[in-house]
Amino acid sequence: MATISMVVNGRQMSGEAEGRTLLSSFLRDALGLTGTHVGCDTGQCGACVVHVNGDAVKSCNMLAMEADGAEVATIEGQAAPDGTLNAIQAAFQEYHGLQCGFCTPGMVMSAAALLKEIPKPSEAEIRKYLSGNLCRCTGYHNIVRAIMAASGQDVAVAAE
Amino acid sequence: MYAFDFERPSTVADAVAALSAEDAQALSGGQTLIPTLKQRLASPSKLVSLGGIAELQGITSDGDAVTIGAGTTHAAVAADGSIPALSALAGNIGDPAVRNRGTIGGSLANNDPAACYPSAALGLGATIVTNAREIVADDFFQGLFTTALDEGEIITAVRFPKPQAANYQKFEQPASRFALVGVFVAKGADGVRVAVTGASEDGVFRWSEAEAALGSNFSAGALDGMAPPADGMISDLHGSAAYRANLVGVMTRRAVAAAG
Ligand SMILES: Cc1cc2nc3c(=O)[nH]c(=O)nc-3n(C[C@H](O)[C@H](O)[C@H](O)COP(=O)(O)OP(=O)(O)OC[C@H]3O[C@@H](n4cnc5c(N)ncnc54)[C@H](O)[C@@H]3O)c2cc1C
Ligand code: FES
Ligand code: FES
Repeated sequence: MATISMVVNGRQMSGEAEGRTLLSSFLRDALGLTGTHVGCDTGQCGACVVHVNGDAVKSCNMLAMEADGAEVATIEGQAAPDGTLNAIQAAFQEYHGLQCGFCTPGMVMSAAALLKEIPKPSEAEIRKYLSGNLCRCTGYHNIVRAIMAASGQDVAVAAE
Repeated sequence: MYAFDFERPSTVADAVAALSAEDAQALSGGQTLIPTLKQRLASPSKLVSLGGIAELQGITSDGDAVTIGAGTTHAAVAADGSIPALSALAGNIGDPAVRNRGTIGGSLANNDPAACYPSAALGLGATIVTNAREIVADDFFQGLFTTALDEGEIITAVRFPKPQAANYQKFEQPASRFALVGVFVAKGADGVRVAVTGASEDGVFRWSEAEAALGSNFSAGALDGMAPPADGMISDLHGSAAYRANLVGVMTRRAVAAAG
């Protein structure tokens, strides 16, 4: 066991980790930030996506020790301190981009990374970018609509 | 996962020293190794992270060659563009989060028979640089998950000659998005090279008949009706050996047409 620390959502935080402790487990169990979900635990589903030093990563596929000293952003830091949802979260609510909500933290964090890279993505770019985020409920259309809306674009999407 | 010690050296020399411990293993992006550890298919005593080593990072392009540090992520190669076909290949590995962690060195060292990078290294005739020596791609890949690397030897960089024309075509296995068949075609000073991943039971290989045909006529038409023998091709629920062999012909023709 060793003590590691990172800046999570702007706050310096530390906790105990073993060599094998995953970043997802560290965030959830050591820091109590259970908004980051663990769906598959095999790097496939994207429910656990967080940002490390600005890049989207699957936190179940990264050791906590690798994030020692890093800046980490999780879903808990997306809304304003008073609880006001950010544009992506508000659009997910408005356009029914979630049903059970299990995939949503990862979807929102991936969408945030996408909009930083491509501020006005096309529908195809959104679908491609989210290829590592699985949703078992929505059928994706409303997620794509929400991201179109969050980026200030017309929400009409082709029903493939 | 079984427990292991964790070290994060900041130089190649320190990493090599740390890897001399019994059952120590290198950790790069972890996109293959961490799932393997979770399944308890490996039980290293110690993981030596290469993530803190600055000299393993970055891409330099000089005249005829592009050298990529082993710890360079797929995302960084995708964004680079010195060899457009290589950047396009990197930008289609997995998904954005995988590309932000996974590295070229990890992919080549792992030599998964369905991975993309081995076909680029073999197709472009790259040289794999390690802490001890330089290994040409033709000698580096030695069958499924097997390479010329010795115990404790680490890849430090990969040097790619710049091709006159090149293209990678990947037929994705729809669930994993790895290559069901991927073909890297490159035309360079020494002729045409065609490297195939995803298809063979022996891992990445060069399709020499196609190279000969393309050497005298670099056009998709030169490969009309050609496919490698189905013998020795992977056969699984995603595709039979005959299906894969045919797909090699199709993807090679597409790659040649796209390389122009
Ligand atoms: C969801 C998902 C989808 C993926 N899709 C694709 C795909 O479409 N195509 C594709 O090609 N790959 C794909 N991958 C694999 C991905 O590209 C991995 O990043 C890559 O195979 C391994 O690189 P790594 O840096 O993560 O290595 P690690 O997982 O850290 O290491 C892999 C192996 O290489 C060894 N190693 C690492 N670095 C070195 C070094 N410098 N020298 C010597 N040995 C070293 C390690 O000890 C280990 O045995 C996917 C992975 C995931 C999780
Ligand atoms: S829980 Fe990490 S990718 Fe599914
Ligand atoms: S809303 Fe249920 S998995 Fe996406």
